[in-house]
Amino acid sequence: MELTLNTHEAFTAKDLVTSQDVRWCPGCGDYSILKQVQTVLPELNIPRENIVFISGIGCSSRFPYYMETYGMHSIHGRATAVASGLKATRPELSVWIITGDGDSLSIGGNHFIHLLRRNFDVNILLFNNQIYGLTKGQYSPTSEIGKITKSTPMGTIDHPFNPLALCLGADATFIARCMDRDPVHMREILKRGNAHKGTSLIEIYQNCNVFNDGAFELFTEKATKKLETIFVEHGKPLVFGKDSEFGIVLNGDTPCVVNLAEVNTNDLWIHDETNRNKANILVRFFDDEVNQTNLPRPFGVFYTQNRPCYEDQLTIQHAQALELKGTGNLDELLRGKNTWTIE
Amino acid sequence: MSAPLIEQKKTVTIRFAGDSGDGIQLTGTQFTNTAASLGNDLSTFPNFPAEIRAPQGTQAGVSGFQIKFGSVEIFTPGDECEVLVVMNAAALKANIKELKPNGILIVNTDGFNARDLELAKIDKDSNPLTNGSLDGFKLYQIDVTKLTRTALENSGLGKKEIDMCKNMFVLGYVYWIYNRPLALTISALQEQFKKKPAIFEANVKVLKAGYAYGDTTETPMTRYEIAKANMPSGVYRNINGNPATALGLVAAAEVSKLPMFFATYPITPASDILHDLSKHKNFNVKTFQAEDEIAAICAAIGASFGGSLGVTSSSGPGIALKAEAIGLATMLELPLVIINVQRGGPSTGLPTKTEQADLMQAIYGRNGECPVPVVAACSPSDCFTMVYEACRIAVEHMTPVFFMSDGYIANGAEPWKFPQTKDLKPIEYRYAEAKEAREKYLPYVRNNKLARAWAIPGTKGLEHRIGGLEKENLTGDISYDPDNHQFMVKLRQERVDAIADFIPLQTIDQGNPEGDVLVIGWGSTYGSIRGAVTETLAEGINVAHAHIKYLNPLPKNLGDILKRYKKVIVPEINNGQLVRILRDKYLVDAKGINKIKGTAFTTQELVNAIKEASN
Ligand code: SF4
Repeated sequence: MELTLNTHEAFTAKDLVTSQDVRWCPGCGDYSILKQVQTVLPELNIPRENIVFISGIGCSSRFPYYMETYGMHSIHGRATAVASGLKATRPELSVWIITGDGDSLSIGGNHFIHLLRRNFDVNILLFNNQIYGLTKGQYSPTSEIGKITKSTPMGTIDHPFNPLALCLGADATFIARCMDRDPVHMREILKRGNAHKGTSLIEIYQNCNVFNDGAFELFTEKATKKLETIFVEHGKPLVFGKDSEFGIVLNGDTPCVVNLAEVNTNDLWIHDETNRNKANILVRFFDDEVNQTNLPRPFGVFYTQNRPCYEDQLTIQHAQALELKGTGNLDELLRGKNTWTIE
Repeated sequence: MSAPLIEQKKTVTIRFAGDSGDGIQLTGTQFTNTAASLGNDLSTFPNFPAEIRAPQGTQAGVSGFQIKFGSVEIFTPGDECEVLVVMNAAALKANIKELKPNGILIVNTDGFNARDLELAKIDKDSNPLTNGSLDGFKLYQIDVTKLTRTALENSGLGKKEIDMCKNMFVLGYVYWIYNRPLALTISALQEQFKKKPAIFEANVKVLKAGYAYGDTTETPMTRYEIAKANMPSGVYRNINGNPATALGLVAAAEVSKLPMFFATYPITPASDILHDLSKHKNFNVKTFQAEDEIAAICAAIGASFGGSLGVTSSSGPGIALKAEAIGLATMLELPLVIINVQRGGPSTGLPTKTEQADLMQAIYGRNGECPVPVVAACSPSDCFTMVYEACRIAVEHMTPVFFMSDGYIANGAEPWKFPQTKDLKPIEYRYAEAKEAREKYLPYVRNNKLARAWAIPGTKGLEHRIGGLEKENLTGDISYDPDNHQFMVKLRQERVDAIADFIPLQTIDQGNPEGDVLVIGWGSTYGSIRGAVTETLAEGINVAHAHIKYLNPLPKNLGDILKRYKKVIVPEINNGQLVRILRDKYLVDAKGINKIKGTAFTTQELVNAIKEASN
């Protein structure tokens, strides 16, 4: 169980391919995510045997079967809970949770928010495709209102979750978003997430080309991407557009799109990953019905915070107990405080 | 005044009852610890309301504690009591039925004011203290409140704090009646009120005042003495079922040197196991209070995957929530211990009352063919032994295992000749060893117990995937092949059946190895059955008692034992569960004796059942 830093055997993306046939539909966004994860892992300087993938149920949750690392395909919604027990007892492992919008936000919503507040040092990759794929096309908790699906022939009447706003509400310490169609950016975010000490929540827009094709088309297709997305970077102004001709300013707490021909760059919103209030505005860039101002969808790291991890606190408490009481003596414990002898 | 007579008695059953705020449980526990330290055998039964702050003074708020102690073997906390102490009218109303004719009744008269009678729904014109309805008992009326206040007149404490000491007056008085020393209680109070010396002193003062009250009043009462019980020689302590369960877990972790991860969600009556374990952080056990029952078991599974022994605990409703994850652990073939401290069901049922109605749930209650080994404790101290066994089986056979307890033994207490570490059975396990060569690792290769190797993350060369989907044997790869599924279902059953070779054979607790009537029980009915069989054997009835502690798989010789008796009866605190399993498995005409009232069998009920069966 010892940690082997830097002395471990190097491995390549190819070494991470398993003998199992990948069974996602051709064209599914999951393929890209698998590829980026396999590409990034060898660069992280983690011994391969210390890497564990844990998933729940759903299309995305087949992921561990395709990774030549340790892995568990658990039960629907519970990957977060399984990972909590693993990380609490084996803090040195690199634990990756693979989940989808149904798995983490619907059936597993409870464990999901509790993992975030406890801040276990794990990475969550939330494949958001805004649909139930494995059960063949019912709406999910992130499907937009009015969506026609197999279970909602007249359109959904469920108000959808805003996953990142939910995570912020649950006091997540690292919140980011990327997309299946931007592999370079995804790899960067994966590395950032891994480097963060605490729970890293990465929402990945993933196209389900069978049941919800084109859900994120506006953000992923060349024709619209530049106008509809904004890639945020710490310390840099919020700028977007075909030729970076637009920016965002904050009027009070209302974000407004401005033309850089008219506004000085110095007056733009400068992204600060540690600013929680601004993160609160940023995560709501797309679903603010009241102030709907056609804002671009943000990608990148929205928010980070340093907060002690559960497993470290647990280790500290045990060390303190040992210091205070000494190593437990079982015979003394069995004996208790009051005994009597029968001759 | 003449000194009261001192009479020797073999056994006594006392019940303390009062409002849940009256400190009844503390009073009972103190009396119990003192009796234990004097070498009496004993058995206790605490009985408290389901609501934490049930309306004061009402019957719903009555808390009770019964102890039977004696100089002979004690099987149960007793059916009826010989001494009843009540702190108010509601406690009298709720308990008087169970006081034996001519029994001693000690009442706090201050609990019988007009308001108390109203709360207890007793007509104010028929105050039982004055209307003659208690004539059949030896009634002692004491204004405990007034005497306590007088004793603490100059203590400087407030009225509320003073009244909190009332229970000590009663305890002191009962100590006087049974000629018991105060020392143990005084040192316990000192520990409890370490940081509040004034409260400690007040309690001791009132305790002594209660004792002196017996000495100085002209109470025309006989005093009693109960000699040491003739128990096997050795060192004893007093133990309740839940603390014994916690100790069994710590012992399993220490002996095996396996880190233990105890993940749970609070639920009555199992929570005390968590409370106890969380105190023992200097042992090899980590505790985790999860967000819900499902998270608790899943976290335990995650820990087991990582090489700890995952343990989760709950009661029936929580176990229902864990069912899917138990199936996962069965598929993963990872060690896991699931503790069910049963209570009355279904649904929320009777949270603070006992029942044995989750046996079928433990053996069968999951989707698919999902066999899980089940063991059960038969008494408070047996919780230690059997939860330890559950850990051993889980680790050695790489399987989830149920450990069954219930509210009756979880909260009940008995003297325990506790073991020493060196006497405990070893727990054998080995993590799979790292491999240099990078070849495909086969996670489901098995040993002679049909157990796979425990290959934990962090071990080089053993990278592998496990999951809840049906898998191919050996490789663990997902497989939807029809023949493979049938093979795996049979194999998982075989794995559990194979455990029969690694558990003790069934023994006869007492009675003839063959004969007229065999009484078969499991779990907390042990004491009641043992008491009833002792009594009927003495009357010359040809009866025997076997108590099953390994319920799945059953001991290999059980079928043979069943054949040696003309009649088999199976008393259970449920609507007939073990009896169905025995009938199913052995085609035996076993008859159920069933009581489903949230309480244990009385000895008399079982004596009657045995007599009826022997006719
Ligand atoms: S159903 Fe959708 S999400 Fe699932 S594998 Fe097919 S394309 Fe991907």
